[in-house]
Amino acid sequence: MKRTDNNPAISNQVFSTTRRTLLKMTAVAACTGLFAVPGIASADSSKAQVDSIHFLIPGGAGGGWDGTARGTGEALKKSGLVDTVSFQNLSGGGGGKAIAYLIETAKQQQGTLLVNSTPIVVRSLMGVFPQSFRDLTPVAATIADYAALVVRNDSKYTHWDQIVADFKENPRNVKVAGGSSRGSLDHLVPAAAIKEEGLDPRALRYIAYDAGGKAMAGLLSGEADILSTGLGEALEMSKAGQVRILAITAPERVSDAPNVPTLKEMGNNTVFANWRGFFGAPGLSSEKAEEYAKVLGDMYQTDAWETVRSRNGWVNVYKPTTEFTAFLEKQEEQVGTLMRELGFLK
Amino acid sequence: MLDGILTGLSTAIMPINLFMVFVGCFVGTFIGMLPGLGPISAIALMIPITYGLDPSTGIILMAGVYYGAIFGGSTSSILINAPGCSSTVVTAFDGYPMAQKGQAGKALALAAYASFTGGTISAVFLLVAAPALASVSLSFQSSDYFALMILGLTAVAAFSGKGQVLKAMLMTVLGLMISTVGTDRSSGVERFTFGNIDLMDGISFLLPAMATFALAEVVMAVLKRDHMKEEENEADTSHLGSMKVTKEEVKEVAPTALRSSVLGFIVGVLPGAGATIAAFLAYGMERNLASVKEKLKFGTGSLRGLVAPEAANNASSSGSFVPLLTLGIPGSGTTAIMLGALIAYGIQPGPRMMVDNPDVFWSVIVSMYFGNIVLLILNLPLIPYISKLLMIPRTVLVPMILFFAITGVYLVSFNTFDIYIMVFFCIAAIGLRMLNFPMAPLLLGFVLGGLMEDNLRRALMISDGSLSFLWERPITFGIMVVTIFVLIAPIVQNFLQKRRSEEQVLAGNSQN
Repeated sequence: MKRTDNNPAISNQVFSTTRRTLLKMTAVAACTGLFAVPGIASADSSKAQVDSIHFLIPGGAGGGWDGTARGTGEALKKSGLVDTVSFQNLSGGGGGKAIAYLIETAKQQQGTLLVNSTPIVVRSLMGVFPQSFRDLTPVAATIADYAALVVRNDSKYTHWDQIVADFKENPRNVKVAGGSSRGSLDHLVPAAAIKEEGLDPRALRYIAYDAGGKAMAGLLSGEADILSTGLGEALEMSKAGQVRILAITAPERVSDAPNVPTLKEMGNNTVFANWRGFFGAPGLSSEKAEEYAKVLGDMYQTDAWETVRSRNGWVNVYKPTTEFTAFLEKQEEQVGTLMRELGFLK
Repeated sequence: MLDGILTGLSTAIMPINLFMVFVGCFVGTFIGMLPGLGPISAIALMIPITYGLDPSTGIILMAGVYYGAIFGGSTSSILINAPGCSSTVVTAFDGYPMAQKGQAGKALALAAYASFTGGTISAVFLLVAAPALASVSLSFQSSDYFALMILGLTAVAAFSGKGQVLKAMLMTVLGLMISTVGTDRSSGVERFTFGNIDLMDGISFLLPAMATFALAEVVMAVLKRDHMKEEENEADTSHLGSMKVTKEEVKEVAPTALRSSVLGFIVGVLPGAGATIAAFLAYGMERNLASVKEKLKFGTGSLRGLVAPEAANNASSSGSFVPLLTLGIPGSGTTAIMLGALIAYGIQPGPRMMVDNPDVFWSVIVSMYFGNIVLLILNLPLIPYISKLLMIPRTVLVPMILFFAITGVYLVSFNTFDIYIMVFFCIAAIGLRMLNFPMAPLLLGFVLGGLMEDNLRRALMISDGSLSFLWERPITFGIMVVTIFVLIAPIVQNFLQKRRSEEQVLAGNSQN
């Protein structure tokens, strides 16, 4: 496919956000970006560190990437750190389409940040797309979403050990539901926890649903015993009052859910964070990358960010440029090992 | 509960809320009419506006847009054979032939009445039984969904009236095959993607639906033009016809509307199905219930074939509010967006919503009554004007449909590859149509195939590869029994009829 084919996408989808729409960020976040919202230039640009950032979102509206990019954009704009922010959704190929697009048009994309998360590592290992994070310029990881294991309110499980005991008796007793395909994070996390117990992760029954909501319905209907999902989504679900979070994969309890124990407390050392962060186009100068990383780091101090962060239950995890690259390499190795053991990689 | 209804009523009749119902229905109808742009796009468009409003008002507006879009989608299905959204694909099966016969006005009016019936009946159910139904919807497991999809497949008979049984079956299988393209969720393996990243996420239902109906239709119109006289073509469809529905016709379709509304509502309540499935199921059910003579009419402009999907898809859209509001589970993309909007308001849908935010909960439901009345009032007088679309000369109409169909599909995914796929499907569809293959079974197989397979795979995994769930789970077993009955009944009926006529012949002979 020729690169020019994608160009209409830009003009169609770019949002110039105004202060007013930013106040209503979730609104925009959920909007598919069909219709441009006319922008009113912000008059207050005195303390702006960066003139403009264009966010490239490799998925559709309403997803995790979309929420992260638009939330970050909102905070940057509202706090005055960046003058203009704009967004572009480009879905396809599990995110591969946007990566390919960013690489192909790198020269014109010096002001663009691509949002991504752990799946860029998983999917490039699996060969979903030929590129990897090495083909881009890692700018910074900004937030993390720990994984969570969720059970029904009336579930017999109150402790991870009970699950392990059932699994030891017969792996078929433990059925884990998740809102994405086999081999995705929702699958890898419980598999990693089983492996940590010295058991065979391949024996784990993972039941794949096509969306988190349907996996939740599967859990409530009783066909699965455990739901594997992100903490943010798990918190939302538990607020509805029908499920409780059994454990999370954080190194210690998180402030947004102080009553939820970690797997570590329960004697299982699985710690896993689905990071979300930003990448620049290939060949982005290191000064430019540092500049973006700095503005993202300064964002943590702002009230605007705190509003966005707490609303979404995100955890601040800041890893700028070189630190980010080193982290990615480590994660690639970690995830790669697990996937090999699970038979997803040869 | 009465308290709740009164609270809801008092909120719903506030002028601002009534106004929003009106705005929502109007905008929804309009966007829904554009081929390809369905309720998701319509709601997404409204979200930025709703953030300046009260939670109740905002959700009332979005709900209005939602059923307005499904209502409006039928208009383009009937008039130009270009489904406005995927849940109104089935409406085109009999609605468009009616329009071609010069009964566009009647078809539009019937569709409006049927939608109204579906919407109103399910609003009543929602009001009376929402919490109870929520627990029912949760008892549905993967094996039950699988059985439901199998029952849905029996609807293929509905499309094979004119000695096309084999062709209809072939197209169903083709549809099932196309539904396997993409990443297989149960194993994480890519199937039939040929290494193309754009095929990895599978093919969205909208693409074959728009390609086989909207695109193929206009291209056929252009192709036919070379052979036929222009005037004939124009005269064919530019005729609106009377909007009047006779008493006999009302009598004929009233039971259909009621049945389909109930069915549609039930399917809507299930988080794993949706309005499109509801429309297909209702159409199939109606065909199965029809007499032998009536069966032949399906696909050629049957009133019952038009009313069934229209009542069902609207009933289903109201039904989908049950899991959304009472459990916090979105059953479809559209309700997922609404869930996001509710949470952003600080309202957590779920069992506690009725206690924590009774005004929002009840006012949304009560506003559905108003919404349906508004839709009827809005749509009936407008029908003559809307149908003027048909008066537009083909030289203008054809490029317009092409434009809306292609941009509509593009605006859903922002991926140009979808347009290529659509063009590919369109070319294949034209070839198949020239060879007299019916297109509807293809869509049936496609829409049911993915769900059927996913649910079967899950059911098998849960039961450790054993097929015992087919008879061990009462719901699954019940649905399978109905399926077998539906399949066998016509054969037995046929057999009995033959024997009876043979006996009559014999009796006649012996008398001589």
